[in-house]
Amino acid sequence: MRDVAVVSFAQSPHVRREQNRNEVEILMPVVREARERSGIAHDEIDFVCSGSTDYLAGQSFAFVAGLDGIGAWPPVSESHVEMDGAWALYEAWVKIQMGYADTALVYGFGKSSPGDLPEVMALQLDPYVLTPLWPDAVSMAALQARKCLDEGVLTEADMAAVAARDRRHAESNPFAQVKGSADPEALLAEPTLVSPLRKHDCAPISDGAAAVILAADDVARRVCERPAWISGIHHIVEPQDPGLRDLTRSRSTEIAADKAGVGAGTVDVAEIHGPFTHQEILIEKALGLGPDTTVNPSGGALAANPMMTAGLIRIGEAARRIQDGSAGRTVAHATSGPCLQQNLVCVMEGR
Amino acid sequence: MPDPTQPTETTEALVAPHSLRYTYKRSVGPIMGKFFTALREGRLVGVRRSDGSVMCPPKEYDPETAAALSEMVDLGDSGVVTTWAWVKTPRAKQPLDHAFAYALIQLDGADTPLLHAVDAGSESHMSTGMRVKARWKDERVGHITDIACFEPAEEGA
Repeated sequence: MRDVAVVSFAQSPHVRREQNRNEVEILMPVVREARERSGIAHDEIDFVCSGSTDYLAGQSFAFVAGLDGIGAWPPVSESHVEMDGAWALYEAWVKIQMGYADTALVYGFGKSSPGDLPEVMALQLDPYVLTPLWPDAVSMAALQARKCLDEGVLTEADMAAVAARDRRHAESNPFAQVKGSADPEALLAEPTLVSPLRKHDCAPISDGAAAVILAADDVARRVCERPAWISGIHHIVEPQDPGLRDLTRSRSTEIAADKAGVGAGTVDVAEIHGPFTHQEILIEKALGLGPDTTVNPSGGALAANPMMTAGLIRIGEAARRIQDGSAGRTVAHATSGPCLQQNLVCVMEGR
Repeated sequence: MPDPTQPTETTEALVAPHSLRYTYKRSVGPIMGKFFTALREGRLVGVRRSDGSVMCPPKEYDPETAAALSEMVDLGDSGVVTTWAWVKTPRAKQPLDHAFAYALIQLDGADTPLLHAVDAGSESHMSTGMRVKARWKDERVGHITDIACFEPAEEGA
C-alpha cells in the first residue's frame, strides 16, 4: 500500500440559502483556497474527482459546470460520483493506490435551497415501490428513529443530548450554520415535526462546498508539515429497501470500521455524518468509540449539512485536527441513502 | 445573405421542451411483474428467500445470498405495523391530503415489512404492533398506489 494523506482542506461558510451565488460560484473560492493551502499548483494535480447530484440543480450533467469552474484546460484526468464527496475521495485514494496519480483534488458541492430537499430525497429510493409513495427524507428517518425507541436502543433524551452537544460544539466553528442550543430538557418540550422526530433531531438544509487535496508518499511529506495519513478507508452498502435491514444498528458501518482498523488504536476525535440525532448515536455505537473520543468537535452534520459535501467535510475536519497537532489519530464517517444505507469509514493518523 | 453580426428582425423566441423525466418505459422484470399484476387483481404476493422466509415487496435476488428467487407466495392484505412516522402536514404528492402515518407493515405470511401509508385519523390511534388492512382503489393499474393506503383493522382481521 502507498502512504496517502490529506494535505489540505477548505470549506465554504454553510448557509440556509445562498441567494447570490450558484453552485460553481460557491465552489471556486473553496477549491482555490485548498490548492493554495496545499502548495501544490493546479498543473501538479494528477487527478480530480467530485461528488454532487444533478437532482439538486434539476438538470442532467449539472456537475460539468463545476468542472468548468475548477479549470479543465489543459485537459485533466477527472471523474465524478453522484454521491457525497467522501466517496469521490475514496475513488481518488484508489487511483493513487493503483499508481495512476500522486496527487488528487477532491471536492463536493450542493445547493439544496432552490427545491424542497426532503421531497427531492424521495427520488433516491426504489422507483417502483417507494418513490411513488413520496416518503420524504424526514419521514424515512422517523421510521428508523421510532424503531430504535421502541426497541430501547436509545431514548428521546439521548437524541436531544446529541443535538445540544453538536450545536454547542458548532459555536467555535466559523463555517457552521446552526450554532448554540437550548438545554436538552427544553428541546424535548418542543412539538414533534414528523413524530417521533423534533426539529432539533434533523440536520439543517444547507448550501455549501468543500475541497480536499490528497498526496502520496514524498509529495505529502514535502508539502505538508504534518500530513493526515489515511491508515484505513472502507465503505459498505446495505439493501436499498429499509424493510430488508435491521434499522436499529448500522451493520455496514460496523464492517467498514473493522476493515478500516478503527479499533487498532485510540481515537482522539471522531467526525460522524449523522443527518439525524438517532443516526449519530447508531454510528457512534457501530464505530465502537469509547468515552475518551471527542465526537463531532465541528458540530457535525447537525450544525451544517450541505448535500454531497457533509461527509467529505467530516474527513477534512478530522484531518485538520491531525495537521494542527491537536489529535494523533482520528476517524471520519460519511453516510448516504435512506436510514444509513451506505457508510464510509476513514481512519487518519499523524506520524 | 443576412449579416450574422447584426440582430435579426424576428421577435420569436426559440423554445424547446425540457422534460425532466425518463421518457421511456421499462419492464419491471419477472418477479416484481408478478407483484404488480397481483396488485391489479387486488392481491398481495411475496417471494420465498434462500432461507425459506418470505420477502414483500419481492425482489429478483436474495439481498443476503444473491441467489436468484422464483417461488411466489400469496399473502393476506392485512398485517402488523412494525414502525411508523406521523406526518402532520402532508406534501402535495404524498398519498393522503390529511395527517397520516408512513409505516412499515409486515403482511400476514411475510417476514419483511412493506412501506405504505396508514390513514388512522389521529396520531393517538397509531401504535407499533397495531393491525392494519389495505384499502384498495376501485380502478387498479398494477402500481403500488393501487392500495390507496392501509387503515386500522380489528384484532384478527
